Amino acid sequence: MPQNLKKLQYDVVIVGAGGAGLRAAVEAREAGLRVAIICKSLFGKAHTVMAEGGAAASMGNANSNDNWMVHFRDTMRGGKFLNHYRMAELHAKESPDRIWELETWGALFDRTKEGKISQRNFGGHEYPRLAHVGDRTGLELIRTMQQKIVALQQKDGRETGDMEANLKVYAEFTVTDILKENGKVAGVYGYWRENGDEILFEAPAVVIATGGVGKAFKITSNSWEGTGDGHALALKAGANLKDMEFLQFHPTGMVWPPSVRGILVTESVRGEGGVLTNNLGERFMFKYIPDVFKDKYATTEEEADRWYTDQDNNRRPPELLPRDEVARAINSEVKAGRGTEHGGVFLDVSKRLSAEVIKKRLPSMWHQFYELAGVDITKEPMEVGPTCHYVMGGVDVEPDTAAAIGVPGLFAAGEVAGGMHGSNRLGGNSLSDLLVFGRRAGAAAAEYAKSHGANPVSEATLAKAAERIEAPFKNSGGENAYSLHAELQEVTHNLVGIIRTGAEIKEAIAKIADIRARSQKVSVAGNRQFNPGFHLAFDLDNMLLVAESTAKSAILREESRGGHTRDDFPGMDNKWRQVNNISHFDGSEVTVTPRALPAIPKELFDLFDIHELEKYMTPEEIAKGGSN
Amino acid sequence: MTRKLNLRIWRGDSTDGGLKDVVVDVNEGEVVLDVIHRVQATQMGDLAVRWNCKAGKCGSCSMEINGKPRLACMTQVASFDEEETITVTPLRAFPIIKDLVTDVSFNYKKAMEIPAYEHPAELAPGEARMEQIDVERSQEFRKCIECFLCQNTCHVIRDHEENKKSFAGPRFFIRIAELDMHPLDRLKNRKRTAQEEHGLGMCNITKCCTEVCPEHIKITDNAIIPMKERVVDIKYDPARMFSGLLRREKRD
Repeated sequence: MPQNLKKLQYDVVIVGAGGAGLRAAVEAREAGLRVAIICKSLFGKAHTVMAEGGAAASMGNANSNDNWMVHFRDTMRGGKFLNHYRMAELHAKESPDRIWELETWGALFDRTKEGKISQRNFGGHEYPRLAHVGDRTGLELIRTMQQKIVALQQKDGRETGDMEANLKVYAEFTVTDILKENGKVAGVYGYWRENGDEILFEAPAVVIATGGVGKAFKITSNSWEGTGDGHALALKAGANLKDMEFLQFHPTGMVWPPSVRGILVTESVRGEGGVLTNNLGERFMFKYIPDVFKDKYATTEEEADRWYTDQDNNRRPPELLPRDEVARAINSEVKAGRGTEHGGVFLDVSKRLSAEVIKKRLPSMWHQFYELAGVDITKEPMEVGPTCHYVMGGVDVEPDTAAAIGVPGLFAAGEVAGGMHGSNRLGGNSLSDLLVFGRRAGAAAAEYAKSHGANPVSEATLAKAAERIEAPFKNSGGENAYSLHAELQEVTHNLVGIIRTGAEIKEAIAKIADIRARSQKVSVAGNRQFNPGFHLAFDLDNMLLVAESTAKSAILREESRGGHTRDDFPGMDNKWRQVNNISHFDGSEVTVTPRALPAIPKELFDLFDIHELEKYMTPEEIAKGGSN
Repeated sequence: MTRKLNLRIWRGDSTDGGLKDVVVDVNEGEVVLDVIHRVQATQMGDLAVRWNCKAGKCGSCSMEINGKPRLACMTQVASFDEEETITVTPLRAFPIIKDLVTDVSFNYKKAMEIPAYEHPAELAPGEARMEQIDVERSQEFRKCIECFLCQNTCHVIRDHEENKKSFAGPRFFIRIAELDMHPLDRLKNRKRTAQEEHGLGMCNITKCCTEVCPEHIKITDNAIIPMKERVVDIKYDPARMFSGLLRREKRD
């Protein structure tokens, strides 16, 4: 253990400073507690800034027919009814308040003619529902909350003379362990990326808000930070993950040039009228409308085109199907040889909108293609293809409190939490998710810290945590973390990617285990000072656990649903709708066991047309008609 | 098509360092950050560089490329001549931590000094009504990705450490302008405090900040100059000076 180890005491420690983490921090501080925010990169750089399209909330500004029940239905449909109903319900009910609240903190959303918050169309949402700021909504959310944190610090400064007395941001810090004493959370351990110095944060309540896992895959829209840290930390602390087989491959990532492959092309391009075509010029999405959505989508180009000006009398264009459907359709077109030169399809918005309107509504897309691909989207089509974007699976939590089940004092919110989105997330539901459950996690963590008080960390626990950090430097002649990472990405991409088969998943499980064994001996060049090879050694460990959990969940689920497509089980099987796959880690390997989904209560069950439910539920479930 | 690129990278820390030459593969369409990553993965495992989104949206990979402050993820290798050596160095206005990574905490300290947004107490959540045209002025400044290239290039602090104490820099002038032009913000005297407390007067509008802004925010024309003009109006308006003797100015 390092001599003179720095020890800090807080009431609540938030791991992650994206939208969910910051929203949790605001809530916990406003409850009167001392809060530390830990982020892996600089403050304000979290992956939330990449969210482009908007935040879904049924404010009803663009269409007064919208309300929480419609949003709830859309969310459940999008997730193919695997969502935890209670999370989807809370999310749909509370999203509008969370958006309006941001406005009181200074956020400036785009407006309607009446001066209200403007709302745009998105895949799977029945009405225009996404509050947005051009195509940089995530940046607006992060900045607003970052500035709210500063506002709270200024208030503390006026009251105590020290702006950071009760709320402090620890930037560029890696958390390597969640520490427990007596079966309860006691704090977190980690090191400064800048100099490798270790720090112990003692706190009875810890909120994990670390986002996603995209970097475990080869083609991803995620930044380097998306290495599944929170997923792995929670697993190691004794929490469970659920639904880890469900990964969202966003249908439209850039495909050319190679250096930008995977970078997100916002769904707003389609929301604003962009159409998808193959190399024959065919608008192919009409061929891919699945039965469960048959009556909700236009079947002719004429109707689809009319919808942009008259939404009450026409059905939506199939380009706006949920993301899993569109991603699979693009994948099929490319596989059938109807793709573009670089293995994508065409997405064209230039024929429907004027150059001026495109630059105004999709400014960063214009910028991104012009500067990185040399393509002017006001004049020519983009080339796009699927990219690993979001993990629906995550920490198994109590819906109302975001408390991780089985680990007292641990909470999880945002992408790292599971259940909210079922087997597939609708666009726009992640920004509202992180606001709704970030707030709930912050409130529940504060409540927990108040009632439980400090839980000091023992020397033995501390010594074990410190030992892990030293390990990569002690290994000599071991493998390079960069090459193991690249190897893992090949395995996940080829064997547990967008389309899966049983044999390939089995191969993946074996290969991931092999890489994991070799990773124990990773050795690192240089010293501890801002050393990316050293950082990657820890990230790699996290990604390997996530990949193992994903592969082992995927092999069990013998059906195709949302973000899990099995070529050997191509259909959706209603029996599997009743099951979550729960991942547990025993210290050496991940085991996955199926667990029954809670039954939908009657009042929510009754929100659906019975004929729609018949597409998803077994006759026995329908007969029960929801629980009481 | 792969070719060889001569890259010169500044390596070192706060005590010592210098330029190191490497030869690295570069493929069609790659940006400077791609080749830095390749160097990291194949030749210098401990080369320090900050980056996140690699799409020009987070503002992490700010550095100086052939002496110009730029985002490495948005700088195409093809924008240089094939024979040209590309030299990458850390931002000059901030203390070096290691290699291409600098200590940008100055900016976060300054952010904490700018008084926060004040929402009208009588407006409950959801009641705000604003015209699109009125929010757009502030929205331009809220596009800022905090890459701090403007701060780095601003000659008031670039080579004048002594000015840092009293100068917030272009990033925070647009933050003040954004709040000042916010249709709902209630805090008074933002322009005056920009001048008196945050060093607006030290800017002599050479527009260097505007030139390096990757978001193409018109920092000088749309934020700094309008604030300077209004400050002049307020401070040197004879009628205001007279009435100011009678009562403190309320809202500028």
